Amino acid sequence: MTSDQVVVRVEDLHKYFGDLEVVRGVNLEVHEGEVVVMFGRSGAGKSTVLRCINFLEDPTSGTIEVDGIALTGGHRNRHQREKIRQLRIRTGMVFQQFNLFPNMTAIQNVMEGPLTVKGMSASRAQGLGRRLLERVGLDDKAEEYPIRLSGGQQQRVAIARALAMEPKVMLFDEPTSALDPELIGEVLGVMKSLATEMRMTMIVVTHEMGFAREAAHRLVFFHEGVILEEGTPDQIFEQTRFPETRKFLDAVL
Amino acid sequence: MAHQIDAQGPGTEAATPRSPVSSPGAPRLSFRVKVALVWITIFIVLGVFFALAKFDWAWMRANFKFIATGLWVTMFAAVCSIAIAVVLALFGALARLSKNPIAYGVSSFYTSFFRGTPLIVQLFIWYLAVPQVAGNILGQDSRFYRYTVLSAILAGILGLGFNYGAYMTEIFRAGILAVGPGQTEAAEALGMTYRQRMRRIVLPQAFKVIIPPTGNEFIAMMKDTALLSFLGAAVFWWDLFKRAQTLALQEFKGLEALIVAAGIYWALTAIFTFFQSKLERRMSRGYVRQVVAPSQRRTRWMSGSAGGGNQGGAMMVEMPESQTTPEELHDD
Repeated sequence: MTSDQVVVRVEDLHKYFGDLEVVRGVNLEVHEGEVVVMFGRSGAGKSTVLRCINFLEDPTSGTIEVDGIALTGGHRNRHQREKIRQLRIRTGMVFQQFNLFPNMTAIQNVMEGPLTVKGMSASRAQGLGRRLLERVGLDDKAEEYPIRLSGGQQQRVAIARALAMEPKVMLFDEPTSALDPELIGEVLGVMKSLATEMRMTMIVVTHEMGFAREAAHRLVFFHEGVILEEGTPDQIFEQTRFPETRKFLDAVL
Repeated sequence: MAHQIDAQGPGTEAATPRSPVSSPGAPRLSFRVKVALVWITIFIVLGVFFALAKFDWAWMRANFKFIATGLWVTMFAAVCSIAIAVVLALFGALARLSKNPIAYGVSSFYTSFFRGTPLIVQLFIWYLAVPQVAGNILGQDSRFYRYTVLSAILAGILGLGFNYGAYMTEIFRAGILAVGPGQTEAAEALGMTYRQRMRRIVLPQAFKVIIPPTGNEFIAMMKDTALLSFLGAAVFWWDLFKRAQTLALQEFKGLEALIVAAGIYWALTAIFTFFQSKLERRMSRGYVRQVVAPSQRRTRWMSGSAGGGNQGGAMMVEMPESQTTPEELHDD
């Protein structure tokens, strides 16, 4: 199902916010086509790790490698900033709050990355935008502004926007946490189809354990800034040896 | 827009009615009519005062055109100055928000000096001090020296532009900050450079916030152009106030001349204020983010019964950036 090709490698990642060490030495490898769900309590560091992967947070120390581009934390010069940009181009990000550009229509949101960052022609970007909106089931909403869309629709546009850059890996930072319950399903449905139909490499921070059981190849449990355990959904759900994991699963299931 | 804001829920329904006494059963005269009566009374009192002061209406009519001719100088100076101010404010604000110590240092010095000294002093610095200093440094026979001897109008435009630019830096800074970190992150995540991010994402949204107060600055600027009359301009460049002042001194018609000038400034301000309020109403439409009351934010998480809040409505709801809200509810 997944190849041996490593797309994302995180080595000995540490992250401090002031004096607080939020991430205390995390190692992670994600292979091509793999869907990894990161879960754990609030403040366990899972979102921070995700945001370090595309340098929205600058790691205090450690190495991040995405599609062969490797970077360490710390001071940035011009050359490193350009490398970070190259790394981000290969990385799609979906946010909890969608963060669509409100001054652009749905299709303009999707076209923005290819147009501005990749310098794609307007007509090609338009075609790409149409295809991707169709992919997330919103081809009829192409000309709508984000305010006219429901939360679930906004998040699906945000997924299409990230896909438009043809990323090697998609990062999802609690993509359904800001949604009303009845809208969660449509977003998870799109994410599942990315995994099964496109074989997209995905790292997902979520509390949707149903999605984790169905779509994830591997579950990673974060506890107090470290990875306490990881395994297949079966291993985690049925056979966890850690009381922390058990307690967390009992709370959310 | 008003009904949508009301629909935001409890707490906003206390919006004050426009005229507090217009409800049924209230006194016969509406608030507006009363205010109009007060204005009329003031005008009558002023009219009596002018009559007692032997106000020369005929002279005013005869000289109106001479004074009003200064209008184009006033407007020209205001438009040029606001253009300079906008450019300075934009770069000033970007520098103030930058992590680059040189940019930040220059910008903070600029705003500190130009906000910390009187406008009239700055105008005289441009007009008198700049050529003097340049002459001392370059030597009076340098071929660059003559460029530093600024005409009154040029010194005035630069003086107003730099001064207003310093104040407007704060407006631009607030406008850029109002766009919010989520937009920056989304743009960064796409791999945009700083310039792309600013040009494509942040500034177009910031200008929605920036344009209305910039209109106010322009209205204030039109009145401050009167200060240009203190610089020794050639007759061609005499503004409204300079023309009124000159007539007032020549013909001992101080009251009449200055009232004409004041009236023109006032009319100008009234006209632009009218368009300004239209502009503000236009700008507040559309996608401007609305802050949701904390109580409502909560209910969205708590249950599915929040009714979708903003769903399908014409409003983008900015959630707080915290990651704790949903997790708290799941965890404990």
